Amino acid sequence: MSRRSQPPANIEPIGVEVEEEEVTGGVGEGDEIMEDAQAQEGEYSISLSDVVSGTTGSSTPTSTLTWISWFCSLPGHEYFCEVAEDFIEDDFNLTGLNAMVPFWKEAMEMVLDVEPDEDTSKIPDVSIVEASAELLYGLVHQRFILTRAGLQAMIEKYEAGVFGACPRVYCSMTHVVPCGRSDLPGLDTVKLFCPNCNDIYTPPSSRFQGVDGAFFGTTFAHLFFQSYRELAPAPFWKPSSAGSSSSSAPSSGSGSSSSRSSEKFVNPNPHGGKRRAAGRVYQPKIYGFKVNEKAKCGPRMQWMRLRPEDPEELDMVDWRGRWYDDADEDFDEEEAEGDEDRPMEDFDPDVGEDDEEESEEEEEEEDSRVSQGRSTRHAHSAPQPPVPGASKASLRPAEILQSIDISSLPVKLPVASRVKVMRQWVTPAATTQVC
Amino acid sequence: MLRRAVEDLSSGSDSDYTNSWIAWFLSSKGNEYFCEVEEEYILDRFNLTGLNTEVANYTQALDSITDNIDEDIPDELRGALDVQARHLYGLIHARWIVTARGLAKMLEKYKRADFGRCPRVLCQSQPLLPVGLSDIPYEKSVKLYCGRCEDIYSPKSSRHGSIDGAYFGTSFPHLLFLVYPNLIPPKSGPVDVGLPVRGAPTEGDNQRRTRRAREEPELPAETIGEEFSTASVALKAERYRPRIFGFQVHEIAKLQRWQEAVRDRQVARLEEIGV
Repeated sequence: MSRRSQPPANIEPIGVEVEEEEVTGGVGEGDEIMEDAQAQEGEYSISLSDVVSGTTGSSTPTSTLTWISWFCSLPGHEYFCEVAEDFIEDDFNLTGLNAMVPFWKEAMEMVLDVEPDEDTSKIPDVSIVEASAELLYGLVHQRFILTRAGLQAMIEKYEAGVFGACPRVYCSMTHVVPCGRSDLPGLDTVKLFCPNCNDIYTPPSSRFQGVDGAFFGTTFAHLFFQSYRELAPAPFWKPSSAGSSSSSAPSSGSGSSSSRSSEKFVNPNPHGGKRRAAGRVYQPKIYGFKVNEKAKCGPRMQWMRLRPEDPEELDMVDWRGRWYDDADEDFDEEEAEGDEDRPMEDFDPDVGEDDEEESEEEEEEEDSRVSQGRSTRHAHSAPQPPVPGASKASLRPAEILQSIDISSLPVKLPVASRVKVMRQWVTPAATTQVC
Repeated sequence: MLRRAVEDLSSGSDSDYTNSWIAWFLSSKGNEYFCEVEEEYILDRFNLTGLNTEVANYTQALDSITDNIDEDIPDELRGALDVQARHLYGLIHARWIVTARGLAKMLEKYKRADFGRCPRVLCQSQPLLPVGLSDIPYEKSVKLYCGRCEDIYSPKSSRHGSIDGAYFGTSFPHLLFLVYPNLIPPKSGPVDVGLPVRGAPTEGDNQRRTRRAREEPELPAETIGEEFSTASVALKAERYRPRIFGFQVHEIAKLQRWQEAVRDRQVARLEEIGV
């Protein structure tokens, strides 16, 4: 067996857990993450020694305990799953990590329980390597849980409720998954993502405040629910017919939801969440009366938890987040402006004087800006622009156009549109000449 | 320990208070959410109208709370009486905290974040307020209301999770913000400076607190005239956007767009009527 005997190797870093902060202070990368842990250090180190005494007490299993399973069994490390060793051994999976982890080789040896080389004795304290190993394992973990095997390992923990439930009352104990706010270590601690309210929460226990969020990453939580669609709540919700009149009546809460879950729930979107959502939203009341939104202290945030009753309602909002029925007018307006813009791009008969043209163009630009702001103006401004076919243009003989050199045009104007406009009233011969 | 806790809660009352039932109740573990109900409030029978039908052994329970109980009660009765006294105190508490003085007392606790802080990450540890989901006892346990996200959460610890929500009532947090509109938390940015920061020096804080307690009754009158609009505050609220390798998740992004469209519609509606 190539593994070294575990118990002494384990106890040592734990015993010096408190000093570790000072030592890693000089190391660089490693100390950032540990800063998070510092607040909890007192409690943390005590509980660590508890675990160790537990493992050493039952002496027989410790000899087969790997560093990885030991690490995952520490208090506060409940969210971690065990990364397969062949995943870590594959260098491709570690691309780029060696630049982020100090004492890379030693950390790898520790994580994989390889007997260290003789020359590693130059490292003064094993606790430095311990911190590097934790960082290494965390970053590999971030990648591993995005693989099929990793997702599988995490769903087992999810279904066992290891990650806990959403603290929000109306999410009715929807299970949550760990989630980072950054993929880079040392920035923020681990958070919990609730698929029902699509929000993130601080873990209830302070022992998770020493766990780096980057060890789970920003992607995992969402890839998890994309992979297991049956666990993801659908984006719409219809109150049960019985208690629909008062969606906020608290007494009809859990009872009705359990009875409803018996009937089959179908999301018409084949790629959508397959689970029935917990869609109730809190309604503040004073002496039984709903607080009106017109009150200064009235509800302002219900939208954040609201779901449409019907999946089709989701399609009533465009990609910019505007209602299609509201946006219709705006859209027409924009179209009309577009039409106005085109003649603006057109040159004047007296293009020769560049300065004048530019100034006029600015005026026109201002003009169109005004009309953008007020739709009422749009009606009377429509006939106004210097349309090519209007009185002025009818005077323009073809030769003026022929004299135009494209190079004299303001460069910023797109040539294609200019040519297109000209074609309307210039002879084919002239057009070719211009081009 | 007990004495100190009591002094903290009833700043500047006479010392024989320390042995009262209420002081004992407030200092016992798990009752951190309760505030002190003033004795004169309890002694005014009008305030207790209807409670005699709610609480078994009402007279003795009331005597127990007001420390008028005979010492020679058999031990087997004492336990039951204690439960009834707690229940009665809870129900009186629900009525007390919606009075002007009760609100002021709870405000002190809110400013000390005695009810905990919002677990939602983007609420930036906003202090919470207790709220019931029913005014009828034995129906729902107490929940915590966040003034920032305007949502309710379950207490973290199970010893708070088992407190009856009717001891706080459904109205309390909303009435508090109705009376103190200047305390409605902003939807973004750090928690208001008026609140003591965790680990802040307590001495100056205590002084400020007692001074504020004296000013409290006049406070609402001052702030009502103050002009500020809450119509568009929702636009400032931060949201979490789920992303996979930096890309938003389609179905969630769609739902969030819809939710924001609902929000914009509400903001437009409120701005039109000029809230």
